[in-house]
Amino acid sequence: MEVPRHWRLKKQRYALVGEVCPHCSSKIFPPRDVCPYCGGEAKTQFSFSGRGQVYSFTQMTSVPVGYEQSAPYTMALVQLEEGPVVTAQLTDLGEQHVEIGMPVEMVTRKIRTDMDDRGIIIYGYKFRPVLAGPR
Amino acid sequence: MREVVIAGIGQTPVGEHWELSLRNISARAVQAARKDAGGLIPEAIYIGNLIASVASHQANLGALVTDNTFLEGTESYTIEAGEASAAAAFRMAYLAVASGWVDIAMALGMEKYTDLSGDTMDEPTKLVMDYDYEVYTGQTLTSQAGLLMQRYLYENPKADRLAFGAFPLIGHTNAVNNPNAMFRKAIRAEVYEKAGMVSSPMNMFDIAPFADGAAALILTTTEIANKVGHPLVRVIGSDVAIDTLALHDRPDPLAFRAAGVSLENVCSQAGILPSDVDFFELHDAFSVYGVLSLESAGFAPRGEGWKLGIGDKLTLKGDLPINTMGGLKARGYPLGATGAYQLVEAILQLRGEAGENQIPDARLALVQSLGGPATTAVTHVLERMPV
Repeated sequence: MEVPRHWRLKKQRYALVGEVCPHCSSKIFPPRDVCPYCGGEAKTQFSFSGRGQVYSFTQMTSVPVGYEQSAPYTMALVQLEEGPVVTAQLTDLGEQHVEIGMPVEMVTRKIRTDMDDRGIIIYGYKFRPVLAGPR
Repeated sequence: MREVVIAGIGQTPVGEHWELSLRNISARAVQAARKDAGGLIPEAIYIGNLIASVASHQANLGALVTDNTFLEGTESYTIEAGEASAAAAFRMAYLAVASGWVDIAMALGMEKYTDLSGDTMDEPTKLVMDYDYEVYTGQTLTSQAGLLMQRYLYENPKADRLAFGAFPLIGHTNAVNNPNAMFRKAIRAEVYEKAGMVSSPMNMFDIAPFADGAAALILTTTEIANKVGHPLVRVIGSDVAIDTLALHDRPDPLAFRAAGVSLENVCSQAGILPSDVDFFELHDAFSVYGVLSLESAGFAPRGEGWKLGIGDKLTLKGDLPINTMGGLKARGYPLGATGAYQLVEAILQLRGEAGENQIPDARLALVQSLGGPATTAVTHVLERMPV
């Protein structure tokens, strides 16, 4: 069980909360308190929109322990519209063909269970194709 | 700085050694290296290891190793640098002897991957990634490489997917004559082309197999080593470079910056160009890493590394042989111990002891070990000393 860790990361996992640098205005995810672009102190919270596009993807046929419920799944690098790239699974793909550049949006999904069936359920971000039409 | 030479090398066969523990496997490598070095007794042992604390529930490896090799009391501890751990341990041994603080140092790579079994075997390998932001999403070392290969094919639409097969094919061909290799069987191109997809667009043969192994090297001064009775090899370049922990934090993930920087630095130290070397032991954990390593080293322009695999260039007959004893793909990939094998194999070539795979008159070698997708890159230039 890693309860403190899951609790500590909930803002990032549920809401993509990162930082904006007060010195160079760069958007930072994940938050790290030191701006990776200018080196200045950056502790101002910033919520990312959750919109982005697929930078790369791979379909995995074998998956790690704890992730079987989603298998087989597609891992992706998603470039957020504010700049940073995140690692995440794609979801709700249906028959959709995945390609680099495809617009996607963040959704909250079950990621895995901790330890076993009786452990806590860990939720976090995945990305799905942007739905067509008005929202 | 003193000149540093390798006085002794030792290795154990790479494979699935359920019958051997960390104790046994490391002791075999230590004994073999000491024997090769004419019985020299190391004053310090730097251990390259990645997963023992999780897979074998064992830390404090310095005590474990010295206690089991009749070297009690010797300075010894673990150097961890992902899958480049043993190469980093070799660098520490080099720095220790070069500095004058230690006269005889050992670098020991050791890994027991098969202490776990079943579904949990690959869990410790994820230690090298960003746990909070990669591992938790379901990412693995294999899917990282799949993402890189997919992006490579997208950025370079002319790249021939099948050309990546050169890396496993060359590795398997070269491993046939390596008694310490895990897979001593050549494979045909058709087998590669038909292999099952694992992490698209990568198939089973694009991926090096994790395994158990231990290998050791004894580094010392020229004066001390002159008595050992075999050709000497010296270290003329040693460097390590680091990139971001998470693959997604790199502005250009295909650049393998750390690999390029450390390689440029060692060549500058050695006063050579990469093209001067007689062969290159590179870190083919995945075939795409072979391509990206060659590009970052400057052997091919960006986006054209795959072309080097076409024809004989990278084979033992070519002008840039790679992975002369099988590489990670066919010798096997004992995680944090891998760098010690790469260095031992390079030294066999430089000493003229590589048997059927001997590169005629090999004098200069480049050896590069990566932790993660070139998150850590440790590179060395080795040179055979004139007799």
